[in-house]
Amino acid sequence: MSQLTYREAVRHALAEELTRDPNVVVMGEEVGQFQGAYKVTQGLLEKFGPKRVADTPISEAGFIGMGIGASMLGVRPVMELMFWSFYSVAFDQILNNAANVRYMSGGQINCPIVIRGPANGGTNVGATHSHTPENILAAHPGVKVVVPATPYDAKGLLKSAIRDNDPVFFLENTVLYGEKGEVPDEEYLIPLGKADVKREGKDLTIVTYGRPVIQSLVAAELLAKEHDISVEVVDLRTIRPLDIDTVLASVRKTHRVLVVEEQKPFCGVGAQLTYMIQSEAFDDLDAPIGRLCTIDAPAIYSPPVEAEQLPNPQRILKAALALLD
Amino acid sequence: MSKKPSATIEQKPTASNTSHGQAPVNAALTPAQKIELFSQMVRIRRFEERSHRAYTGKNAAGGANIGGFLHLYNGQEAIAVGCCSLMGKHDHVITAYRDHGHAIAVGMDTKALMAELYGKVTGCSKGKGGSMHFFSPERNYWGGHGIVGGQIPLGVGLAYGVKYKGHKGSAMAFMGDGAVNQGAVHEAYNLAALWNLPCIFVIENNGYSMGTSQARSSAGELAKRAEGYGMAWGVCEGHDVYEVRATMDKFLKIAREECKPAVVEIRTYRYRGHSVADPDNTYRTKTEIEDYRRTKDPIQVFQTTLIAEGVLTAESAEKIDEAARAEAEAAADFADASPYPTPDDIQKDVYWESDNPDQRTSQGRLFFN
Repeated sequence: MSQLTYREAVRHALAEELTRDPNVVVMGEEVGQFQGAYKVTQGLLEKFGPKRVADTPISEAGFIGMGIGASMLGVRPVMELMFWSFYSVAFDQILNNAANVRYMSGGQINCPIVIRGPANGGTNVGATHSHTPENILAAHPGVKVVVPATPYDAKGLLKSAIRDNDPVFFLENTVLYGEKGEVPDEEYLIPLGKADVKREGKDLTIVTYGRPVIQSLVAAELLAKEHDISVEVVDLRTIRPLDIDTVLASVRKTHRVLVVEEQKPFCGVGAQLTYMIQSEAFDDLDAPIGRLCTIDAPAIYSPPVEAEQLPNPQRILKAALALLD
Repeated sequence: MSKKPSATIEQKPTASNTSHGQAPVNAALTPAQKIELFSQMVRIRRFEERSHRAYTGKNAAGGANIGGFLHLYNGQEAIAVGCCSLMGKHDHVITAYRDHGHAIAVGMDTKALMAELYGKVTGCSKGKGGSMHFFSPERNYWGGHGIVGGQIPLGVGLAYGVKYKGHKGSAMAFMGDGAVNQGAVHEAYNLAALWNLPCIFVIENNGYSMGTSQARSSAGELAKRAEGYGMAWGVCEGHDVYEVRATMDKFLKIAREECKPAVVEIRTYRYRGHSVADPDNTYRTKTEIEDYRRTKDPIQVFQTTLIAEGVLTAESAEKIDEAARAEAEAAADFADASPYPTPDDIQKDVYWESDNPDQRTSQGRLFFN
């Protein structure tokens, strides 16, 4: 085991897959010479050369579309979006072409592309750079959506994503890039679509993914210490495919659920989750399902207020207590 | 069309300009190959006419044979046939929604194409794509795309793939004149030029982006925009299959040998509306259409040329036409007799993994019903 940052874990996954498969290429804005806008791809250009690690112009529709076309021919591009927020200028490529080409061709064409980059608020960059589009992406059949919370998960899931034959959208988090965690020295894969119980508990299930996993674990610790409440934290890790069985098993154990997501509430991932939980485990619920989201407005700039707009341990704690009242 | 042919002077289709016929790529054609080019153009014309009849007619149950949109290729046949006839093992094609001609030109079975229009499970996309989404990857034909200009970055990706794999080949990325103002097209131009990718951007300029004429939609010369990206460009007439081949051969050779992109504008005309839903009476005159048909019909022009060359006779041309009509009729019969997909088919072909469950590596639910 080594202590790696989330950033290093992603980098190691890229390096290992570049080494393993000559069809893997890494492309995006500033991924090469600049060493990555967030230094995720640092050193890869030097190690693998410009054919495998390519700097693109600021031209998301162009280069993402190019990656999709190349993937149809069997190249396996891993495209970096400097921010997932920039997906909107490549929306047609991502959600018309990558998501649909297999279906529209009657299964004749595969699109083994990975699009990765950070998707999060909390860095005071305002509404245009703080989008969390996992719900919008996952609403499109044909795609897979991964949102890892820890270095271990980020590495194992990214390696699986690169080997996957369907388009995978991999949403990282700039706030987590510097967070450290244990990562095995030997090679490992984590299957997409497998949730992980990050903390066991018996009074309440928090279902979450991404950075709120870390925040929920902090809240769970406080709830245990200060309120004698035992919280189970289920990290989805992948939004689509969705490991609903692990969620339901936890619900059947604790009988109370709080969904926490760094998303606006309307049509968010939590809306789908709460529908499925009530539909499939109605008799197991002792209380209405709770939901804690980002406060429903564009991302505010003002730094101390943005921290309050997003989920945070105190907001999660409060929501949990309200549910157990 | 910027210059309308005169309506008052009786003109007959002339033969191809002999200089194009003598271009090496055309001079090398055997009589059989020339007849094959002619035959493909006729087959496209008859396929489109038959699909139009199917679209406007009713099936035995009184319902529509074909749903949605139907963008016909009548009048533009020499472009798809000329360009696709130059394809080698590592040359690829991608186009927009007026995609029937290219599909026939790359060798797709017209039965499967017609069945796709009818929404039948025997269609080339199993009834999941429709008119705008024909694909045949084994023939290097990558669609068939519905969003104006959206396929052009994919075309650059095909060219990138060819180069990445070290193949000597190209991608021909076709678009209509209406696509040239889309941002994705310009982003694709820049990438192809910047990275020296073997992509030929082919603008099939039929004069109208839907109902808006070129003069009302596009500033400047369409292909000349290539200069802004340091790309080579050319313009040719699309009613003469020899001219199309001679022009495209030049740029394709540069693409394959030197890995250089280019923009080629091929001037053409469509006889039908933008789609069959277009009443075609608001933005151009019947006279304009008839003038083009009378003087520049690509099939008539090539027929006249081949008769003058002694390759074809009026009788043999008639036989080819009869065969093409019979083929289109057989395609319609096949489509009509074929079954529809079932509701169970709706969720097939969505994910590679769900179609290959024994090789699945992910877990969890892929579908949400």
